[in-house]
Amino acid sequence: MDILTQQLINGLVLGSIYALVALGYTMVYGILELINFAHGEVTMIGAMVALTVIGLLVGVAPDLPGAMVVLGGIAAAIPACMLLAYGIEKVAYRPLRKAPRLAPLITAIGVSIILQNLAMLIWGRQYISFPEILPTTKFEFLGAHISLLQVAIVVLAVTIMAGLWVLVERTRLGRAMRATAQSKEVAQLMGVNVDRVISATFIIGAAIAAIAGVMVSAYYGLAHYYMGFMLGLKAFSAAVLGGIGNIAGAMLGGLLLGVIEALGAGYIGDITGGFLGSHYQDVFAFLVLIAVLVFRPSGLLGARVANRA
Amino acid sequence: MVSNKWLIGGVISAFLISGCGQNAQDDSVIKIGSVAPLTGPQTHIGKDNENGARLAVDEINAKGLELNGKKVRLELLGEDDQAEPKTATIVAQKLVDSGVVAVIGHLNSGTTIPASKIYHDAGIPQISPSATAVAYTAQGYNTAYRVMANDSQQGKALGQYAVNGMGAKKIAIIDDRTAYGQGLAQEFEKAAKSSGGEVVAHEFTNDKATDFSAILTSIKGKNPDLIFFGGMDPQGGPMAKQMKSLGLTAKLLGGDGLQNANFIKLAGSDAEGVVASSPGLPIDSMPGGPDFRKRFESKYGPIQVYAPYAYDAVYALVEAMKRANSAEPAKVLAELPKTDLQGVSGPVKFDTKGDTVGGAVTLYQVKDGAWQVLETVN
Repeated sequence: MDILTQQLINGLVLGSIYALVALGYTMVYGILELINFAHGEVTMIGAMVALTVIGLLVGVAPDLPGAMVVLGGIAAAIPACMLLAYGIEKVAYRPLRKAPRLAPLITAIGVSIILQNLAMLIWGRQYISFPEILPTTKFEFLGAHISLLQVAIVVLAVTIMAGLWVLVERTRLGRAMRATAQSKEVAQLMGVNVDRVISATFIIGAAIAAIAGVMVSAYYGLAHYYMGFMLGLKAFSAAVLGGIGNIAGAMLGGLLLGVIEALGAGYIGDITGGFLGSHYQDVFAFLVLIAVLVFRPSGLLGARVANRA
Repeated sequence: MVSNKWLIGGVISAFLISGCGQNAQDDSVIKIGSVAPLTGPQTHIGKDNENGARLAVDEINAKGLELNGKKVRLELLGEDDQAEPKTATIVAQKLVDSGVVAVIGHLNSGTTIPASKIYHDAGIPQISPSATAVAYTAQGYNTAYRVMANDSQQGKALGQYAVNGMGAKKIAIIDDRTAYGQGLAQEFEKAAKSSGGEVVAHEFTNDKATDFSAILTSIKGKNPDLIFFGGMDPQGGPMAKQMKSLGLTAKLLGGDGLQNANFIKLAGSDAEGVVASSPGLPIDSMPGGPDFRKRFESKYGPIQVYAPYAYDAVYALVEAMKRANSAEPAKVLAELPKTDLQGVSGPVKFDTKGDTVGGAVTLYQVKDGAWQVLETVN
């Protein structure tokens, strides 16, 4: 029982990180029908910038409490990622907005490769370690170990998701975003500045990605130039699982994928009597994804945007 | 057409003649190749290997070497394989073409193995100071030798140490599915079982992963005393952290992939108490270690890792040349199996495959944020 609880908690933490990154994919897809493959790399840049700033802060003010230092890192990573995403949209996607859908997809992959190599040049190939400045307090819950950091990650993720929901459903900008998602032309006719809304979508997604990047590097204690690739792929899968283009779907998909992965890795060996081992962890997660898509091609919550998926 | 053929024939024979002439001229110079990464992230280790070989070559030249009644001089040709298998084969061919009689290298298993085919086809001996993958000497090449314990010897030593040295009864194994990690884990498992340990779980990850909480939780349910990880520090670091945060009390044991400074950096305070092995002896406990350190460091600065092995490799080669009374690769190859050298790193002897006999493996433990020697096993 305590093992199951622990696996569920592992999955929940992992899943809330996936969900945060998935939001960025789904928001952009909802409005532009573009799969922004560079989003995973934006997350990576967020982690790298934050780590650099954290390293500087630790050097300059070693007495500062750890949480403050990390907040400082996040505060630097958010504007950096926002600026980056704004630039990417302007340079790589906007000129191609009227082009066939394949063209921006290819530039997205190109941007992703460029960002990876850029990060490799700036920060090197080495794994960068996250300084041990956060308290490692942990407590037991139903026999499972939970660290303060894990609680912080889940709480922060839920807060961000709630905040995004309020933004999209309750604010003027949110209404403009929803209008643009339904029809760019009509929204424009109604006086919505579509370019600005699209920029805002990218920027908001990037800000969330920056926070997710810091979470990942703090949780695992490291960052490197390649970390965005797999994270992006998983988050994209989570977005598809939940129904791409649907914000609640991204949250659900992320959490679900995290839990499925944890349970898969934890139990697949026991269930199959050792025939399949934990190296099928990712296979297991993607099998579930395929199964869901076979029966619900637009994802779990994707009915609302089924006509555009 | 006919004149063309004649022309080509003429050019070829001209080349042959000039080639012969050069050989005759340089008879007193014996060229030996040294290959290691001299650019990229492993530059410092690569240069260290080359310097180790160079020190031996310089000493031998200073003492004077005589083969078949003739005074000869050794010349070391250093090449850079960038730790890339593709580059390794290119520089290997380049060395063969420039007429080396033997090669000391390469540094990595991944470069040593593809290059070994080229040396084998050319029939020239290759002695690697530091490649540990079993596959290198398992290809059946009579040209492939190494002076360091291989992964199988290391895995065996680790398996026995886990049970006998660390008192582990229930053991869990994780490997990263790479040639290195899987091979090490396999040998570990065999040795641990035959020493009386029980393997309660064998889980897998990959060499890009950072999340091990799921497999560690599943391992925790089986209550092992020890977790063995076959893999490298980028995975081992976070693994040590996640073990602590999941409340696992089992000890973490690893191979030379973990036994480096980067592991301690990545695992932070959770590195404390982790045990890992490294083939060979710590330099200062080598029979000729302190003396070698003095000679080496006065010339090239601090020793990185494998310099003593590159140094011994050159001596093993030159001893074989002396016995053969010739630098001709075929004759040297016939003498290499008889090598029995008291090297800086310890006795150098080869078995029939070209592996070193009784290669030592040293175990280290992280104490106060640094690797400390626990003990050396054979």
